Amino acid sequence: MTVTLAPQVSAPRKTATARRTRGRAFLYWVAKHAVAIALGIMFVGPLVFIFLTAVMSDRQALTANLWPTSWHWENFSKIFTNGELLTWIYNTVLYSVLGTALMLVSSIPVAYALARFRFRGRKLAFLLVITTMMLPPQVVAVPIYIIWARFHLTGTLWPLIIPMLFGDAFSIFLLRQFLVTIPREYSDAAKVDGCGEFRTLMRVVLPMARPAIAAVALFQFFYCWNDYYGPLLYVGTTPDNWTLSVGLATFRAVHRVQWNLTMAATVLAMAPVIIVFFFAQRVFIEGVKLTGVK
Amino acid sequence: MVTMAFRRRAQRRNNLRALLYLSPWLVGFSIFFAYPLISTVYFSFQRYDLFTLEPVGLLNYRYFFKDDATWTSIKNTLWLVAVMVPLRVLFGLGVAQLVTRLKAGAGVFRTIFYLPSLVPLVAGTLGFVYLLNPSTGPVQSILGAVGIQSPDWFGDPAWSKWGLTLLALWSIGDLMVIFMASLLDVPRQLYEAAAIDGASAWQQFFRITLPVVRPVIMFAAVTGVIQTLQYFTQAMVAARVASGATDSAGSVFTPGYPDQSTLTFPELLFEQGFRDFAMGYACVLALVLFVVSMVFTVILLRQFRGFAEEEA
Repeated sequence: MTVTLAPQVSAPRKTATARRTRGRAFLYWVAKHAVAIALGIMFVGPLVFIFLTAVMSDRQALTANLWPTSWHWENFSKIFTNGELLTWIYNTVLYSVLGTALMLVSSIPVAYALARFRFRGRKLAFLLVITTMMLPPQVVAVPIYIIWARFHLTGTLWPLIIPMLFGDAFSIFLLRQFLVTIPREYSDAAKVDGCGEFRTLMRVVLPMARPAIAAVALFQFFYCWNDYYGPLLYVGTTPDNWTLSVGLATFRAVHRVQWNLTMAATVLAMAPVIIVFFFAQRVFIEGVKLTGVK
Repeated sequence: MVTMAFRRRAQRRNNLRALLYLSPWLVGFSIFFAYPLISTVYFSFQRYDLFTLEPVGLLNYRYFFKDDATWTSIKNTLWLVAVMVPLRVLFGLGVAQLVTRLKAGAGVFRTIFYLPSLVPLVAGTLGFVYLLNPSTGPVQSILGAVGIQSPDWFGDPAWSKWGLTLLALWSIGDLMVIFMASLLDVPRQLYEAAAIDGASAWQQFFRITLPVVRPVIMFAAVTGVIQTLQYFTQAMVAARVASGATDSAGSVFTPGYPDQSTLTFPELLFEQGFRDFAMGYACVLALVLFVVSMVFTVILLRQFRGFAEEEA
């Protein structure tokens, strides 16, 4: 509104007014977004304070200070000194990579069949997929544990990796929800051109389903990366096979360390997820949308 | 006749092909779901510790009604279902509403509000126990500056579940995304027309927004209940870190710290089945969890036929 007055005033004052206007516009923007900004600070705050504590000195971590007086980046190397952190990372990567790869190989054909084939019991099969996805894993945990104990695999991560060979209900569900949105015409055209069902899946459908495949792969990877219940159940009492999440939960008590090193380890566990998120934000958001109702 | 036989053969071939594609899941479903479920019923009538198996009739079931810890864990889990789930849904909807209304920076805010839901549960819990601890935690430092004494969130039985609730509210990112997708479906012209007719913001919300997002709210509530019935990691980690237990010789960690106030049903199942190896009793707990979750799963499937529709 003040801008309309500007032509009548001299040049230097004009820029001052413009600056003032811009300043006022900024304040107006802040006022209008005040709630969002306040909430935003509350959401980012925990991450910021975790990080700030991670770079504090041992002594300062004992105080209630908020800002590090000196920056101790070496905390991030200190947490590696007794070597087990590397073991945990190795185990976590093994679980996440193998789990995700096996899940993709086994779940994609299942999702494709549920989305495309007409066969007896298709509806029932899909209902069972949803049911197994919804039911808590604890419901069938005891007999499954007994099976793995018979094979002497409790104490290792294999009881968590091997089942991925047999499809993962959540991934099947999510992929199927995406695959039904691909128009049939594409695969029909491929079949007219003489492609078999398998080649149609590999050459036509999969390339189109890339965003959904990326989403389930990321979700599965981070599910494994973050999983605490599974590793605690099978390797909780064998520290050599601990994953990052199991190790992290006992980190502070076992090492009798200060919060700064605990927070440094926490930052380390969070970092991959946050970095990948910034590169693949769309994939995450679109993937989450697929899990909802339309 | 010829076409009938042809069609039948085609149908059979279709079924066989489907069987082939479904085979990984069919094997997985049988070994890791159907068989264990039946087996859980069988073991619930036994005393079993991986070594000796002894039939005990209804003993495990009778123990269920007598055991104090079991009832404590049921009460805690119900508390979380009754408080945490509605708060999360309301907050998720509120944040989604806020972000969709922003004229500028909606993308940045969406990222900020979504991010915490990706933070690994163990890391997030660890962070919150530190942030909220009343001696050196930043939250106390900030509150202290304005003269408020923060409660001992994870060390006081009266506050521990609220501490977990704060953590749960921090990670409403997925809910927000699902709500935002639905809110953006509401035709803008409706709001403009309502504004011209002088409808207040509340009226607009109840008359225009709510009818569109109601199914999504239901969906979020039901899936929220099912997820909360399996609430495990955050409670386990918060109790472990706040109590300072090590699990090494001398101090054995038992979940629920402080004073069993965070002992959830799945935690009890875990302790009974895999730490005390009272596997028969753990199977009774598993069956209870199965029945309750099944009820909510059926509600979900009946309410949202679109979920399992032929073509989405």
